[in-house]
Parts: sequence; C-alpha cells; structure tokens
Amino acid sequence: MSTADLETESPTSPATSMASSERRLGDSIFSWLSIGSGLLIFLTLAAVAVFLTTESLPAIVASREFSGTADFSLVQYALPLVFGTALASAIALVIAIPISIGIALFISHYAPRRMAATLGYLIDLLAAVPSVVYGLWGGIWLVPKLEPLYVFLNTYLGWIPLFAGEPTAPMRNLASASVVLAVMVLPIITAITREVFLQTPRLQEEAALALGATRWETIRTVVLPFGRGGVVAASMLGLGRALGETMAVLMILAPGATFSLHILEVGRHNSIAANIASKSAEASGVEMSLLIFTGLVLFVLTFLINAVARWIVARSGPKS
Amino acid sequence: MSTPTTVQHQTSRHRPPDERRLPWYHLLFTGLAGLLVAVVGLSLVDALSVASAIIVGFLLHLLLGWAYSLLREGPRWAKDRLMALLVIGAFAVAMFPLFSLLWEVVSRGMTRAIAARPDPFDFWTSSMSGIIGGADAGGVFHATVGTLLITLWASIISIPIGLFTAIFLVEYADHGWRKTLGTGVTFLVDVMTGIPSIVAGLFGLALFIAVMPDDSVRMGIMGAVALSLLMIPTVVRNSEEMLRLVPMDLREASYALGVPKWLTIVKVVLRTAVAGLTTGITLAIARVIGETAPLLLTVGMVTSVNWNMFDGRMATLPTFINQQYRAGSANCMSETVTDPISQEVYACTITTNIDRAWAAAFTLILIVMVLNILARLISHCFSPKLSR
Amino acid sequence: MNPRKNQLVSLAALGFAAVIALTACGGTADGDSGASDDSGAVGGGYAELSGNLAGAGASSMANAQTAWTETFKGLVQAEGGDITVTYDPTGSGTGREQFLSGQVKFAGTDAALDEEELAASIAVCGGEQAFDLPVYISPIAVVFHLEGVDSLNLTPEVIAGIFAEDITTWNDPAIAELNPDAELPGTAIVPVHRSDDSGTTENFTEYLSDNAPEAWTHGPIETWPIDGGQSGDGTSGMISAVESGNGTIGYADASQAGNLGTASIQVGEEFVDFSAEAAATAVDVSPREEGRAENDIVMELDRTTTEAGAYPIVLISYLALCGSYEDAATGDAVKAYASFMLSEQGQTVAQENAGSAPLSEELRTEAQAAIDDITVG
Repeated sequence: MSTADLETESPTSPATSMASSERRLGDSIFSWLSIGSGLLIFLTLAAVAVFLTTESLPAIVASREFSGTADFSLVQYALPLVFGTALASAIALVIAIPISIGIALFISHYAPRRMAATLGYLIDLLAAVPSVVYGLWGGIWLVPKLEPLYVFLNTYLGWIPLFAGEPTAPMRNLASASVVLAVMVLPIITAITREVFLQTPRLQEEAALALGATRWETIRTVVLPFGRGGVVAASMLGLGRALGETMAVLMILAPGATFSLHILEVGRHNSIAANIASKSAEASGVEMSLLIFTGLVLFVLTFLINAVARWIVARSGPKS
Repeated sequence: MSTPTTVQHQTSRHRPPDERRLPWYHLLFTGLAGLLVAVVGLSLVDALSVASAIIVGFLLHLLLGWAYSLLREGPRWAKDRLMALLVIGAFAVAMFPLFSLLWEVVSRGMTRAIAARPDPFDFWTSSMSGIIGGADAGGVFHATVGTLLITLWASIISIPIGLFTAIFLVEYADHGWRKTLGTGVTFLVDVMTGIPSIVAGLFGLALFIAVMPDDSVRMGIMGAVALSLLMIPTVVRNSEEMLRLVPMDLREASYALGVPKWLTIVKVVLRTAVAGLTTGITLAIARVIGETAPLLLTVGMVTSVNWNMFDGRMATLPTFINQQYRAGSANCMSETVTDPISQEVYACTITTNIDRAWAAAFTLILIVMVLNILARLISHCFSPKLSR
Repeated sequence: MNPRKNQLVSLAALGFAAVIALTACGGTADGDSGASDDSGAVGGGYAELSGNLAGAGASSMANAQTAWTETFKGLVQAEGGDITVTYDPTGSGTGREQFLSGQVKFAGTDAALDEEELAASIAVCGGEQAFDLPVYISPIAVVFHLEGVDSLNLTPEVIAGIFAEDITTWNDPAIAELNPDAELPGTAIVPVHRSDDSGTTENFTEYLSDNAPEAWTHGPIETWPIDGGQSGDGTSGMISAVESGNGTIGYADASQAGNLGTASIQVGEEFVDFSAEAAATAVDVSPREEGRAENDIVMELDRTTTEAGAYPIVLISYLALCGSYEDAATGDAVKAYASFMLSEQGQTVAQENAGSAPLSEELRTEAQAAIDDITVG
C-alpha cells in the first residue's frame, strides 16, 4: 500500500477537532507509545549495528585490504560465503514461492471453507519445528532419499551448469540444504500470502465469477494482482529466515568455499550463518572479529535484498 | 480498479458454443489413468517404487487431465482444471515433509517420552540431575520450564514493542519527522531480519556484561533479551503487513462516527486484523522457541530446575536437544549406571542421548502445537465475524 | 461484560497466578550464600562448599564434565554442602576467552594457554598467572564404513595418503598389502573431515604430519586445508556422514565409534588398536613441554613413539585454572572440583561414562601439587 493512502488519513480527521480532553489524552498516550516503540527499536538496532561494527573493526583494520600485509583478505574470505548464502536462499525461494502460492490459494480458494482453518494450522506447524530438528531430519532422513533424484538430474540434465559436476554420496550438498530451507520458509510465506489472499475484496471476486470467469481466471485477474505486494513481502520475510538460518545448514551441508555453480557437488559452498556457528567456538581475537565481520556483511546483504523488495512492493502494490 | 472489465472482455471473447462443465469425478478417472500409465511405464524401465509412481503419475495426470478437459470442456476450463490440480499438488507437496518430519519425531520421540524410564511420563517430570553416562533415565522438566519462561519473557518484551512499532509505521508515520523516523525504523527492521542468531547471542551477552558488575553473569532474562532481538523484527513485519490490509473504509467510518484515533486503532484496526496478527505472532514465537545458539551463549546449561529468570543458568529444550545430539552415543562399560546423587541404579543404553534428543524435540513440538491452538482460540474469540 | 470477555479475564487471571507461582518458587533458588570461613575444603571436607561455580570450554570433554559435575554434586550433598557446578561446552576458543575475561572460573581447552594468554590471565587471576593441567585424555579412532570390512591395518603413510586424496580406491595396492586377509572392494574412498574447527582435527593432522610428512604436507592444522570433500559438523555430524555413505573414512573420539569399523595403526613394527590403556601409554611416554612454569603442566605428545602398545593418535584436553582466586568461596570450590576431576575416582568416572583414558598416577600427583599451590582469599 502506498504512502499516498496514508496522506489522506492524517490525524486532522474530523474526529480530533471535536475530541474531549480525555480523548486527547488517550490519543497522545497511544501515539507516544507507538513512537516510543519505534524509537526504542531505532536505538536497539543502532546499538546492534555499533556493536557489530566495533567488534569487526579489528579484522577490518588488520586485513590485507587495509594493512596491506596480513595473510587474510576480507573479500577473499567473505565473498564465497556471500555467494553460498545467496545461492542457497535463492534456490530455496525458487522452490518455496510457487508452492506457497499454491498452498495459499488452496487454503483460501479451493479447500472447503470448514477445513481451511485446520489446513492453515497444519502448514503453520511446519514453522513450529525447531531448526535443530530440521537439521536432524534433513541430515539423517532426507539426504539419502534425495540421492536418486540427484543422480537422475546429474545424468540426464548434467548439461545445465547447476546440475553438472560429480556428486558423491552422502549428498550433503547445497541442493539438500536448499530443499530443507525451502521447507522451513514455506510456512512463513504461506501464512502471509494466505491472509492477503483472504482479504481480496469479495465484491470484485464475485463480479468476476458472475461474468462467467472460471475460478482460475478469477484468481489470475483479481486475487493475484491484489496480493502481489503481499506475496513479495512474504517472500522477503522468508528470505530473511533463509539467509540467517544456522543449524539446519550446519547439520546438512558439507561446507567449502568456492564460487561453484554445481549445487549437487559436496564441499563447494557454505553460508555465512553456518560458518559463524561452526567456527566461532574455536575462534578468538582477530578470527572472531573476522566472523563478526561476515555477520556485518550478512546485515548489509539482507538490507540490500530487502531494499530491492521494498522497491518492488512500492511499484507493484495493490491499487485498491 | 479495472479488473472486472478485463474479465468481461475475455469471457466474451472466447466462449465456444459447445463449452460445458463435467462433474468432478472425471478427474478421478484421468488420475487413475495417469497412475496406471506411470506404473506400467516405470516397471518397463525397471524404476518402479511408490515415490516414483506417485510423482510420475501426478505429472501424467496433469497432462492427461488437461488434454481430456481440453477436448471435452474447452481451453478455458482445461486451464482451470490444470491450475486446480497444480494447487492441490502444491499442498500435497508441503504435506509430505510435514508428515515425514512429524512421523520421524513422533515415532522416535514419543515412545521415549511417554514410556519413559524408569516410570511412564518420567521424562516430563524429572530433570537431568544426577544422570550420567548411558543412564537410561532423566528428563526435560528443567528444560521445559526454562523454555517456557524464556519464551514468555521474550514475548513480553517483543510483542508490545513490535506491535506498537507496527502501529506506528502504519498509523502514525505519515508526514514530517515521523515519516523520516518511520523510514529509518523500516530500514533497521529490514536489516534486523538478517541478524544471524549467534550474533544476537553475542550482543545479548555483551550488553549484560557491560551493565552488570559480575562478568560471569548468566541468567534467563539475558536469553529472553537475545531472543527478542530475533523476534521483534518478525513481529513488526508480520503485524505491519496485517495492519496494512485493514481497509481504509473501516478507519474512515470510525472517524466519521467521532471515535478517537487510538480507540479506532484498538477497536477497529487491531480487531479486524487479529487473526492475522495472531498468526504472525505465533510464527514469531515459533521462530525463536527453537533457537539454540543465542541461548547457549547467554543462559548456558544446567541439569536441574531453575525457576528464577534473574539468577543463575537455565536449561532450555533447544539447547538440550543440541547438547544431547552432540553428546552422541553413550559409553556403557557395565550394564548399569548409579546416580551419584540419589544412588538409584539405572540401566545403561548406548543410544540414550539420541533417544532423549528426539523425545525433547517431540516435547518442543508438542508445546508449540498447544501454544498454536491457544492462540487460535484467542483470536477466534476476538475476531469479528466476517463473511469468511 | 459479555461472556467472551469473561473467558479472557479468567485466562489472564490464570496467567497471572502462574507468574506469581513462578516468582514465589524463584525465592528458593540458590544464590551465592556467603563465603566459607577458611580454605580447608580440599579432598573431602565438602561440607563447606556452597553457591555456583561456572566453567566453559572444549566440547570434547562435555560428556566427561557432565559425569564429573553430577558426581561431584552428589559427593558434596552427601557431606551436607550444596554446590552447583556448570560447564558450558562452548568450544575451547570461547572457553579460553571467557576464562580470560573472568566470565568463568575455569576453562576446558584442547590447546593449552599460550604465552600471550598466560600474560593476559594475570589481570583476572588476582595478580598470579593461570596454568594448565591435563585432565582428559581421549584416543581418536580412525573410523570407516565399508560393506564387508570391519577392521583394517593402516600405516600413517596410508592414512595420510587417503586423507590427502592421493589414495582413492579401497583396493589400492598400498591398502591391500597391509590387509592380505580382507576382501577389499574397488569402491572409491570418501574421506570425511570435521567442518568445524576442532582440537580433534588438530591432533589428528599433527599425528599425520609427524609420522608421514611426505604424504601429509599440510602440517598440523585446526581448519581442514583441502577444499571440497565430505565433512560433518561436530563429532556427531562426522559419525552420521561416515555412517550414511559407503566407502567413507573419518576420525572421531573413540567413544563415538559405535558400530563403525576402526583401523589399527602401525606403531613401530606392530599394529595397535585404539584403547584407553594404549592412549594412556602414549601420554605416559611423552615428555612435558619445556619453557613453562613448574605448575603449568602441558604434554609434548610423542606422536612418533615406537613404544609397544601405545596408541599415539590421542587428544589431551587441559583445564585452565587461576594461580590465585580472590574470592575465598570460589577458590575453595575450584580447588575442590579440580582435585576431584584429577583424583583416581574422578578419572574412573570419566572413563566409565565418557570413554576417556585415565591419567597415570604420576601425572595426577604432579597436577594435585599444582592445585594445592593455588592461593585463595
């Protein structure tokens, strides 16, 4: 929804002018609570940012880029991690978004109305599973099950760079991690998409149906355009989770640090969060600072992606 | 909105005179045909299995159902059929990991949790005090208490802040300096969603160490603060999305009746959005209740119950699961293990740690399910009765 | 008031009651209750101990620490004292850092404190330097998963060749020559390493680089030097990776080897299977590291030993303690707990419950002397 809508709704509505003093008190308390919360978040998050920056400063100062002598380079260390994180999250979203939209449509427009709440609840359950359990399930149960699929993809679709390379069992590769990430972000994307779809103006839908549109045509012409902004916002929330997910990636992926596109090969990629988790226990001093620097990079990465998403939402928001 | 006219335009354009709808059970026939062809085809190339038959069968069904509908019902309805099948397929695909995951957790966890040794349900009433080596005993009472308390406090911190921030962004950040602040908050909340959980833990730790006189301080509230860092952005963004969905007409109607802004927000905006808000908050709770890394750093681990959020370490279910999983197989040099505190003798099992990890995972999921149902009941009581 | 609101009110009341109940119970939780009057709490005399004692560090000794803390608690309670000892397995690096910033009173670490850290310790240790004591010895097993093969004889050169990815199939002549009786398939060898930085990797690669410097050219390292390849996070991740493949080989704490096949390694002229005794023998024949203070006991493991029955792929974890503790209660607790860990009983408890190798009596006596020298108060 654009800010233009809000401009028309400024506090100078007729209600305020005829408000009693009690009313004004309630209003000002409420508005200050809201603004206070905003400010508090501002302060807290600024504190986190300052904390991250100061903690990663030793690594930045000591790095080859700045000191010119150190044996480690910020870019060389962080870039493969950024690549791995982005690739894993992107694949997870490519898998999860269409399925989520499908589920949301199923719950909001296809399933019998009595069942809709229960079905929504079932999907929400997926969000309830702790990531440690996803890691256990993915590493022990899912990885062997995916092996035939990977062998198939590698043999017959190996000409696509993504599926090229030489996968070796156990398939603790980026593809497996992405599949589990996709399952983890599904409920997040579905939950918001579903709510947005349910808010589609009923009249418009009924009008479309009355004009003889099929159910799919109604969805394509009314529901999807209305929900597009919501879908993008939901996907971004899902992406936030996928980017920062630690335990599941840690327990499934055999890490490496390359720019390989071969997602079926093991030991080629790693994500920032998983790398921090697996290295931080034994790290101290500059090493730890370097890890926190990658955390800072993840911050920036998330922000950039979110900024792009905001821009998309602003451009394609519902025109209701 | 110009959509209805588009539809009208399209419908009037294609409408073959022989178009008609067939009853739904025709889908069943095409489905069975698809499955049959899949089974025959797969057994010919010697790759028959339940999973492959279902996958190939579904894909064939898409094709067959679409072609059949195209011939009998016309292209528009064929497309409708195809999309319906795809949508149902998407739901089935999501159910698959859910059920396999739940099955794994329940089958591995429930037996240990319910038929726990030494007595049934001991797993939920006893702690790990005095449980060493491969002792086939012990439970998660202490960890459950810790998880509930820490999550409760994290919610107490995060939900008001998150909700008020969302209200601020949607209702107040409209012009002037408030708009600037709103942009800044949106910016920071966005960045915040990308905090790796372990960094939240480090920050929580650093924050309290800076404030408290004793550097060795570890307490439940530190974990709650660290979790809040992860929870607030989720609450803000979920709630913001839901509040923006509330139609402007409702607010305007309320203002027109002379209702003050704050009452409009509480009685109209929040109530209209309550179902979505509850879902969002439940998701946010679910997001943090399974976090391991920040809790390991801020609240540590103990083996017995600690009820006090402001003194001493606490055990939590996720850190417990992590600890037990990492402990791996136990060492059994003799048949029995003696509890050094109570002097009781327990049987020794090599798999005891892994068993406890699964049972604790089962417990955690059970808790989240109950919370979920509670939240849904509450939102059901609150939400206005709309047409659906 | 409508009925819906009533439900809510009762719900809220319930929640409130629960909170009250929680705070009420909170009052009984143990705080730091006063300092004990004198320092006679070592070896028995547990009755005076009270409060909390926090440690953190190496995850390698986590299982042993659980056994120690619980047994110690039992012993103290039996004498009428009341103490809670906690150990957070946050990893050696984090453990040392927390110890040096005073967050924990003792640390467990796979690598002894270095010079810089020893110097830094003076600030938190009441003016005296910290020191290390060996407390946990664990053999590292070379584990593998290969259909039809349960045990193998391997030389350091062959192990190094396998992990350096120079020997790539199980029926390679180098392996076949050492195992004339085994039916080796032509399966590809999949070496699995630890993806996290760990003391296990460091000790394992130190063994390889000391014994087969030509086949293992990467030296002793914490982080795996070869890009790509299979790996697992932590010992559990390593074991699950080895178990779920075929032709996989890895290295892990011996107590976690479970049903996997294990290799006997060549020491001198014979092949030695891992065992607690063999690991203890390897430690016993090793000298102490030179250039350290009298009380700072750090072993210079002789990886190339040819001593009969010694198993030189061993991980030693140390306990980092302060030379003096300003707070008497804390100091007494640390001394009592450290003495317990290093006592014969403590070492047996760890052996039974965590599969470690007990320290020799000689080493225990030296360590006990160092503990007795800790000044308190």
